[in-house]
Amino acid sequence: MHPSHFTAVFLFALFASTVFGITMRDTPRKMFRYGAYCFALFIGSVIVFSWVMFLIAR
Amino acid sequence: MATTPNKPNAAGKPAAAKNTQQGFVYLPLIAGWLVPGAGHFLVRKPIRGALLAVSIISMFALGLAMQGRLYTSAQDILDMLGVAGDLGSGLLYFLSRAAGLGGTPVQTTVADYGTKFIVVAGLLNVIAAVDAHNLRTGRKS
Repeated sequence: MHPSHFTAVFLFALFASTVFGITMRDTPRKMFRYGAYCFALFIGSVIVFSWVMFLIAR
Repeated sequence: MATTPNKPNAAGKPAAAKNTQQGFVYLPLIAGWLVPGAGHFLVRKPIRGALLAVSIISMFALGLAMQGRLYTSAQDILDMLGVAGDLGSGLLYFLSRAAGLGGTPVQTTVADYGTKFIVVAGLLNVIAAVDAHNLRTGRKS
């Protein structure tokens, strides 16, 4: 299996956010919100740092 | 921070009134470590247990599919940390080692990702097992 870098990050963020959401909050609604928040931070930070590395490398 | 299991809530009833299960208090912790999600099934949280099981097992399996490395010996401090992370997966780790799964050594970027997937799956499983223990003791509802 050879996923792209972004696919690997996407899957990592999805599974890690699911576990974080379930274990760090008490109610289903808060779990979902926290999981979505973690997922957005994972993906967002990857995109930002990818652009930073791209600009540094130029 | 720990909360008192029997602290009364707004209705005047003990917060952990449902937590009347008898038996070994560390059973959800140990079961959750050995089999991802099993601890939550034992404390009657099947949906949480199923989601945790799917997430952790998928992450571990994807790591193996990417030819990630299973740490088997501790030659230096980084290897020791890798072994500790892998051990968090419980039976998944032991069964995979027994079956001879996992690539060695890491030669591609994707295989390195796979190694990290396996280690993080173990660490997430430890978090899930501790969460099951907290549910069992009444620290979390």
